[in-house]
Amino acid sequence: MRNILTPMMMPHRLIMAALALAGLTAMALTMQWDWLPANLPRLWDGLLMTLAMLAGSVVVGFALALPLALFQVMGPAPLRWLSLGFCTVIRGTPLLLQLWLFYFGLGALFAQFPEIRDSWAWPYLRQAWPYGFLALTVSFAAYQGEVMRGAFTGVPHGELEAARAVGMSPWLVFRRVWFPRALHRALPTLAGEIILQLKSTPLVATITVTDLYAVITRIRQTTLLTYEPLLLLVAVYLCLSGILILALRWLENRVPTQR
Amino acid sequence: MDDKPAIRIRDLHKRFGDLEVLKGVSLTAHPGDVIAIIGGSGSGKSTLLRCINMLEHPTSGQIAIQGEGYRMRPARGGGLEPADRKQVQRIRAQLGMVFQNFNLWPHRTVLENVTEAPIHVLGQPRAQAIDRARQVLARVGLAEKADTHPIHLSGGQQQRAAIARVLAVDPLAMLFDEPTSALDPELVGEVLGVIRDLAREGRTMILVTHEMAFARDVANRVIYLRDGRIEEEGTPEQLFGDPQSPHLKQFIRSVM
Ligand SMILES: Nc1ncnc2c1ncn2[C@@H]1O[C@H](COP(=O)(O)OP(=O)(O)OP(=O)(O)O)[C@@H](O)[C@H]1O
Ligand SMILES: [Mg+2]
Repeated sequence: MRNILTPMMMPHRLIMAALALAGLTAMALTMQWDWLPANLPRLWDGLLMTLAMLAGSVVVGFALALPLALFQVMGPAPLRWLSLGFCTVIRGTPLLLQLWLFYFGLGALFAQFPEIRDSWAWPYLRQAWPYGFLALTVSFAAYQGEVMRGAFTGVPHGELEAARAVGMSPWLVFRRVWFPRALHRALPTLAGEIILQLKSTPLVATITVTDLYAVITRIRQTTLLTYEPLLLLVAVYLCLSGILILALRWLENRVPTQR
Repeated sequence: MDDKPAIRIRDLHKRFGDLEVLKGVSLTAHPGDVIAIIGGSGSGKSTLLRCINMLEHPTSGQIAIQGEGYRMRPARGGGLEPADRKQVQRIRAQLGMVFQNFNLWPHRTVLENVTEAPIHVLGQPRAQAIDRARQVLARVGLAEKADTHPIHLSGGQQQRAAIARVLAVDPLAMLFDEPTSALDPELVGEVLGVIRDLAREGRTMILVTHEMAFARDVANRVIYLRDGRIEEEGTPEQLFGDPQSPHLKQFIRSVM
């Protein structure tokens, strides 16, 4: 942890922190924040929804990205083309469009089947968040599939050969050398992609999922305030990005390696 | 040790597409043998060595490690492939290969590189594997570097760590493919020193090298490979002192 904290004590950082503090004080004194206490519970729920969307789509999306990447690297031709096609289509179309297609298209389609309407899943499927989660997950999987494909092919062949030469099974080679090496190579990119994913989550507000952005929008409508709620939103997203960046950098620094 | 040959190769052929790289090589290494393979670039030295642990699949011929022949079956594109992957993995775990480019795993410390196979391939208890790893690291002069990552080591240290990684499993035979070719000249000596000690200690090894003085010093047999065939073989005194083949004469003149 020390190697992250010490650079923060550099003079220019301290000056920037002081400026930020001054700005915050000015905001607190001159702007109107009386709506905040009453709305805290809703804001908290919104934050939790945003975090759930982010964490869920990142974890599940990454799990899906691995087979997508591996099929492209060494799969049989049909699976290779399928994965490549999937990644290309998803990456080549706007997330907003996918979100709407899933929510309005898939949602309406499900509603037409009595089997689905009567099933245990229906109470979930009639809500908006599963579609938001699905769209975010699929999108993350497609981008990470591409990142991991590059990372897997980038692991030097000799390292894998050395693993085979000591008698590792293909699965052991994957688990002990290929995957950890690829993951480490991909971490810097992955960190950026997770930040991007965070900034994609507000799109789910367009299909009525009440994430933090949706809550803020509603507060703006009821209080008729323009800037204050948005400033809060900015502050929260900045904090989340900052925490993510620090956490991922720490992870990266645990293994010194040339890439 | 029993008197079965550690490595026995019979009439090995290997082709890459239209290119026949090995054209019938036979070779037997008994326990304690140190065999140096010399020859020009592209003569098939690496390919021969890599066939021994099935990193390359021979097109035809037999290979047996301590009397146990690889079970092979016809491959789809012609040639052979291992019929029993478990057998290949088991045999590989008994053969230590040292590569020209070290090929250490950079995401693990030196110690972890050395304990990797004992723990995860051989299933040794962690404490025992770590004990043994510290011993072999001390043997190659890297006791202090156990907890460093390979990137912080010099080339010579990396290659010694790679040798320790192989020694950790107490291999039946060690295969070296030009272990000093990627090193700066001033680092060659420390690696050759380690290999020489291992040879003196009676380890079976097959060694592809361009270091003729070293081959002459440590090997009890030298094989001159040319164009996929063994053109001449014998003791170092015979091959270096009194070479018969004109190609070998020329080769020795060019590298000495
Ligand atoms: N995987 C491969 N595919 C196609 N050709 C190959 C492959 N591996 C080796 N060869 C060819 O086989 C021939 C012998 O290669 P090999 O690496 O065994 O030679 P070598 O004696 O080790 O040479 P060097 O001293 O340069 O290492 C070369 O012509 C090489 O180009
Ligand atoms: Mg070679």
